[in-house]
Amino acid sequence: MKKLLITAAALAVTAGSAMAQDVVRMGTEGAYPPWNFINDAGEVDGFERELGDELCARAELTCEWVTNDWDSIIPNLVSGNYDTIIAGMSITDERDEVIDFTQEYTPPDPSAYLALSEDVDVEGGVVAAQTNTIQAAFVAEQGWTLVEFPTPEETIAAVRNGEADAVLADKSYLAAAAGENDDLFLLEREEMIGGGVGMGLRESDTELREKFDAAIQSMKDDGTLNELITKWEVASTF
Amino acid sequence: MFGFCEDPSTLSNLPWMACYLTTGKQFLFYGSFLTVLALIFITAPVALIFGFGGAMAARSPILPLRWFGKIYVAMVRGVPDIVYFMFFVIALDQGLEWIRHQIKCPDWDAPIRQGNDFIVCAQAKLPLSTSPQVWHEVYNFSLAVFTFGIVFGAFAANVLYGAMRAVPRAQMETAEAYGMTPRQSFWRILVPQMWMYALPGLSNLWMILIKATPLLFLLGVEDIVYWARELGGSANPRFTAYPHPDWRLWYFIGLLVFYLAFTRVSEIVLARITRRLSHGQGTLGGVRQGKAA
Repeated sequence: MKKLLITAAALAVTAGSAMAQDVVRMGTEGAYPPWNFINDAGEVDGFERELGDELCARAELTCEWVTNDWDSIIPNLVSGNYDTIIAGMSITDERDEVIDFTQEYTPPDPSAYLALSEDVDVEGGVVAAQTNTIQAAFVAEQGWTLVEFPTPEETIAAVRNGEADAVLADKSYLAAAAGENDDLFLLEREEMIGGGVGMGLRESDTELREKFDAAIQSMKDDGTLNELITKWEVASTF
Repeated sequence: MFGFCEDPSTLSNLPWMACYLTTGKQFLFYGSFLTVLALIFITAPVALIFGFGGAMAARSPILPLRWFGKIYVAMVRGVPDIVYFMFFVIALDQGLEWIRHQIKCPDWDAPIRQGNDFIVCAQAKLPLSTSPQVWHEVYNFSLAVFTFGIVFGAFAANVLYGAMRAVPRAQMETAEAYGMTPRQSFWRILVPQMWMYALPGLSNLWMILIKATPLLFLLGVEDIVYWARELGGSANPRFTAYPHPDWRLWYFIGLLVFYLAFTRVSEIVLARITRRLSHGQGTLGGVRQGKAA
């Protein structure tokens, strides 16, 4: 009888911990349309919101959305404030040393430049990029003049007010901005940098990574991922 | 919010503005004002208590306690706020989780530090990852209050320490002559008189505290500056029913007005307190009041 009780208690404990793990906190930036942004109702919205909700449904997880500043998005994942990063983060070797990535959910795409005129010389000019992005690293590597900003919005504002000659960022983000403003142009020149975009997880969270990997794979297989990518115009399709 | 907000693109200026200013996103902005005010009004007394404790420790006759007080003041004052906020908060959070981990999961055998990761069992997470987002926010807010309290407490400790020494020695001698114990003379003579000397320093701290609230965002609390930047940024019609160009200037002017109004009100209140405290004191202000009466 006593043994039975202990077993029951042990079961209850494991069930409890299994349940506790089933709420997955999804960390995003909320400032990078069309990937992720805060909509009028004040909720996280965009390509990654829809993708994340679908992945959680397929992996049978309960997910909750949290926003975090881009600059501290990796440290806060590692210290356990949320369980995944789903914020248009390109898979790079440097990041892979600190965290793990799922397989990519958008293929590698070129980064583009946005400027006030179409004939800007980026190599001789000042290029704006968001801090801690592959684009900022790229500009710094080329030895060009780089100005960094904490949010994507500010990089475009810097071009508008003349602080920078061009912004280097993901093409989908810049295309959304250029489509809306007649005074901003995408340059013809593009840079092939970085890998595809994936979800970031703690290196110790192998089980969760495998679940999301499987869910992404199933969305790739049945074509729903491509539909989502086309719907939000975030990248080329697989 | 209003019935006519169904299709904002058809609205003219005024109703459009009314709808725009009452979207859910805007309400998060208004809510953040309350967060900031709550932070200031909770932090100020907490900092004062830490400061008082620090000042008492720094002038304690017991050597280790005195060391503690002086080290506290010197360390916090010497480290830049931003470094302190980054480091201390994460360390505090992990420390709490580590303690809970030791208590709640004694037979957990995996290491807590795995490379860069800090892993505690799910029951030791603070707050539990199952708890609603509200609790995460409350927790972050409390961490913020505590951290602000410690930082501003160190400065307040120094101000109070100086103020305690500024009370005329003759007052304390008189208290001793009346046969008061050190404890009695401290609470009855020194403390009531020192506020006059502490007030200019404390009012400076109060003003700095009001302006330091944007540091909140480092702690994961979305404050008014964050929202002003987020809402003011140009809004693309693809992603919102209320497109607008870059309005950050207007939002920041709003913040400017808020901060100026708040500091102005604070100045008026502080001036009143100064007048009250100088009453019957041997300071310039107190003597002038005495003559006028």
